[in-house]
Amino acid sequence: MTKFFTSSIGQKFFMSITGLFLMMFLVVHLTINSLLLFGDGSLFNIAANFMSSNIIMKVIEPILALGFILHILYASYITLKNRMARPQNYLVAGKTNVSWASKNMYILGGLIFIFLVIHLANFFWKVKFGTVAAISYDGGETELHDVYALVAGLFKGWWWYDVLYIIGAIFLFLHLTHGFWSAFQTIGWDNNKWMSRLKVIGYIYSIIIAGGFALIPLFFLIKYVV
Amino acid sequence: MKIKLNIWKQANAKAKGKFEKYELDGVDEEMSFLEMLDSLNEKLIKEGKEPVAYEHDCHEAICGSCSLYINGRPHGPGDVIATCQMHMRSFKDGETITVEPWRAKSFPVLKDLIVDRDAFDKLMAAGGFISIDAGQAPDANANLVSKIDADKAFDAAACIGCGACVAACKNSSAMLFVSAKVSQLALLPQGKIEAKRRALNMVAKMDELGFGSCTNTGACEAECPKGIGIDFIAKLNREYLCASFTEAE
Amino acid sequence: MSKLDAKIPEGPLAEKWTKYKASMKLVSPNNRKKLDIIVVGTGIAGAPAAASLAEMGYNVKVFCFQDSARRAHSVAAQGGINASRNNKNDGDSVYRLFYDMIKGGDFRAREANVYRAAEVSSNIIDQLTAQGVPFAREYGGTLANRTFGGVQVSRTFYAQGQTGQQVLLGGYSALKRQVGLGKVKMFSRRQMLDVVIIDGKARGIITRNLVSGEIERHAAHAVVLATGGYGTIYYLSTLAVQSNGSAAMQAFRKGAFFGNPSFIQIHPTCIPVLNEYQSKLTLMSESLRNDGRIWVPKSKDDKRKPNDIPEEDRDYFLERRYPAFGNLVPRDVASRAAKERCDNGFGVGKTGLAVYLDFSVAVGKQGEKVINGKYGNLFDMYEKITGESPYKTPMMIYPAGHYTMGGLWVDYNLQTTIPGLFAIGEANFSDHGANRLGASSLMQGAGDGYFIAPYTVSNYLADEISTKLPSTDSPEFVEAENSAKALLDKFLSINGTQTATSFHKRLGNIMWNFAGMQRNEEGLKKALGMIADLKKEFWSDLKIPGKTEEINQELEKASRVADFIDLASLIVTDALNRKESCGAHFREESMTEGGEALRIDDQYSFVAAWEYQGEDKEPKLHKEELKFENVEVKVRSYK
Repeated sequence: MTKFFTSSIGQKFFMSITGLFLMMFLVVHLTINSLLLFGDGSLFNIAANFMSSNIIMKVIEPILALGFILHILYASYITLKNRMARPQNYLVAGKTNVSWASKNMYILGGLIFIFLVIHLANFFWKVKFGTVAAISYDGGETELHDVYALVAGLFKGWWWYDVLYIIGAIFLFLHLTHGFWSAFQTIGWDNNKWMSRLKVIGYIYSIIIAGGFALIPLFFLIKYVV
Repeated sequence: MKIKLNIWKQANAKAKGKFEKYELDGVDEEMSFLEMLDSLNEKLIKEGKEPVAYEHDCHEAICGSCSLYINGRPHGPGDVIATCQMHMRSFKDGETITVEPWRAKSFPVLKDLIVDRDAFDKLMAAGGFISIDAGQAPDANANLVSKIDADKAFDAAACIGCGACVAACKNSSAMLFVSAKVSQLALLPQGKIEAKRRALNMVAKMDELGFGSCTNTGACEAECPKGIGIDFIAKLNREYLCASFTEAE
Repeated sequence: MSKLDAKIPEGPLAEKWTKYKASMKLVSPNNRKKLDIIVVGTGIAGAPAAASLAEMGYNVKVFCFQDSARRAHSVAAQGGINASRNNKNDGDSVYRLFYDMIKGGDFRAREANVYRAAEVSSNIIDQLTAQGVPFAREYGGTLANRTFGGVQVSRTFYAQGQTGQQVLLGGYSALKRQVGLGKVKMFSRRQMLDVVIIDGKARGIITRNLVSGEIERHAAHAVVLATGGYGTIYYLSTLAVQSNGSAAMQAFRKGAFFGNPSFIQIHPTCIPVLNEYQSKLTLMSESLRNDGRIWVPKSKDDKRKPNDIPEEDRDYFLERRYPAFGNLVPRDVASRAAKERCDNGFGVGKTGLAVYLDFSVAVGKQGEKVINGKYGNLFDMYEKITGESPYKTPMMIYPAGHYTMGGLWVDYNLQTTIPGLFAIGEANFSDHGANRLGASSLMQGAGDGYFIAPYTVSNYLADEISTKLPSTDSPEFVEAENSAKALLDKFLSINGTQTATSFHKRLGNIMWNFAGMQRNEEGLKKALGMIADLKKEFWSDLKIPGKTEEINQELEKASRVADFIDLASLIVTDALNRKESCGAHFREESMTEGGEALRIDDQYSFVAAWEYQGEDKEPKLHKEELKFENVEVKVRSYK
């Protein structure tokens, strides 16, 4: 087992596991966020406050952070090592017919990481450490963070934030189209029957996740800005 | 037809190489690519110049000697094809053709377009076999093998060891090569006995030899002259994970 | 005659090998590690021999000129491997396989050797299967069989159309296992330059490292040559372009006899020559003739496209000449008939050296899908090479040099006339007589490698256990290295104007025209003169660029061509001497009224073993009389 952690397949295994974990997180994240599209924001605020105060989520939060960190660290290490496997490059770059995303996962990952930093600064940081207006839906008995106002304010106030978030979703889409199927391939799920199935499921998943995340800024953009 | 060639020339493993430009007239579109190179060499020798060194032998896409990276693709344009079966009709009159050797740390260039693929032999010596001596074999029909498994094992065993998978992969990964051998033998009852050991040893050797890891781009499958699929890589992952978790070290 | 002792064991045919094995001398396991063996060549004979000897405990050094042992040309065998297992319950037996081989070889092979080859055939299938060779299976899980040319039982085991590859990789994996275990030392990218003889025994070889150019000396207690055939003597053949006869010629020059050099099989169905630059001909499996019809236009110089030529203007010459067998006559007959048509101006294609192999009737009757199932991979290969689809246009085919039945003369132990020098697989002459049956080359090579050489080499080594490994500084090694070096320097010093390949092409032309499918005295004599002239020209006008201390592919070619030129003389000399027609050797002076091959058993029922007499001197003929005690010698007829 000790060799497993340092072997190329073992390292890829961690990429796969952390990737799958992050993909599950995306489902939860989108589910909550989709509430932004309904009503006056109370649904979203209740859900968001539940998520940030829930004891389980408090445990999961650092695990999630660890998932991100491992995914990024392993990716960096593997990419570096893979580059070393070809000290001299070809004059004519590869013309093999493969998906662009599959060849550029690290670049896509890097772009998503930049987006993630902005995203965290926009919301997570403010909710966690900053000041967010309070709101109450039960006549003042319990006060909740008005996260909805934070989100809506951002998306209503600066149109280029909407564009940025849509671009972020596109990067995520490309990353997921390869990542979803690839994660299963790496843990050995695949065979010649399941490969095409997983690729289709992966596409559907990527469209739903990235489409869903893109829909929110688009929604605010169309509704308030345009 | 007339073609322009841009070919990697390197005197030996230690020398610094560079691209050399050639022009060749009177190329027949019925010529194979290798015959075109032969005629270039004949011309160069007669002109007192150094011919281009490259490897080829069977010309039937089975020995795996050819190792030319042509216009950005191992074995050139066309799918499920080795360089030796590619003909000049795949190119246009006046076209510039760039020919490079396989590029990988594990496949050092020995001269011009010749690379050292000894790493593949080392991988095989690390576990690409079933441990049985001559004379020990039971009756061939004593172990029944389902036709589906036998056919699948054959698909994996069709590998010609040319190294196009490594050359095509942006990571210079040898996963397709290793997975084909591990899968072939793991699919057969006689190979299952040491399947775990084989997977562990071959992957360890692969890492040791400096090949990159698999990022599932599928370039290897797209360029394999025998059409070996990356579902075998999934099988290798499965075999390796399973072996790592269960086999005592 | 005195020197030729085939050492065939006494006793009934079926018991010879078993009894002989029981009486052979053995080497105890602790002595085996003191003995070194050199194996040259890693094909279907060499790889298994090396692996098997290493498994027994000997120290084995293996050499091949390719970058990897897996690339030996056995890899290109397509159809299958025979074994007398009677798996189809159709009456097969060791005797029947033996008889088919003797008859197929036109009664010019040694009974005892052929019987042994048939006897070990079944074990080969067991061994290969145990090594993981994915032979075709029935749905029930048992091994599948197919029928192959010219026999009445179904005894051919196969792995799609790549049996040679799979069988070779079985041997290769066994070899790699021994490399991993440290019992085999692998020397790839080495060209053998000479065999070293000390006190009359083979004690080592001289090689050139093809990467560094370094000349190396390797000593051993025995040397096994598994260096394959020399069909590339024709330049264009179905063989890999680097296949050569150099090791055999080196052994010949050092005193090993050469057996039946002129017995070379010409395969009828190959993709014809497309242009003057062509370096290789591609085999299209014999099985295509099951559904394809061979024809040429009835009138000379008919320039119409094949599909535009109406039925009444086509000449299905095989069906016309051989109504009983039609398109399924044996290889030699089909080859000669195609050559006859082309020589008379009826050939098709750009060069006029091709005939059509037409599948339109079969595609029409059976449908494209069924035909695809049978020949899909061959049709694809044909289309890749020629750019034409055989489903739509008839294939063009022409015969090409394929397999050499001749080779180094060996006794029952597979030992040449030099003690300690063994020749196995296609490199020896022993099992196929004057013509080889389909799917029996893998069988013979693997049999020699797995189950015969390990016994007979041990038997030889039993007397060598107290012999110390000869020093590579001994005068014999020094001398061999010096002459090898001198030869290489000579190639480089000529500095003429013609390339090695251009000489090879010209030699191939001479051989193809005068010592190919059909031979006659006048032509052969002419060829001898032409070869001598070519040799003079070669040694005065050869141009080899570069130097010896580097990868120099032209230098490699030159040394192969130099050996081919001498081998060509030997082949022609043998063909001249054998004034009968038998198997692949067709002398126009010896044919029936109907134009078929005519054997002359009372004069030529012998193996011609040639002894080297010196540079450019006619070799001396030794005859090994062939005795047929277990079969009746008959005439083959296909009308």
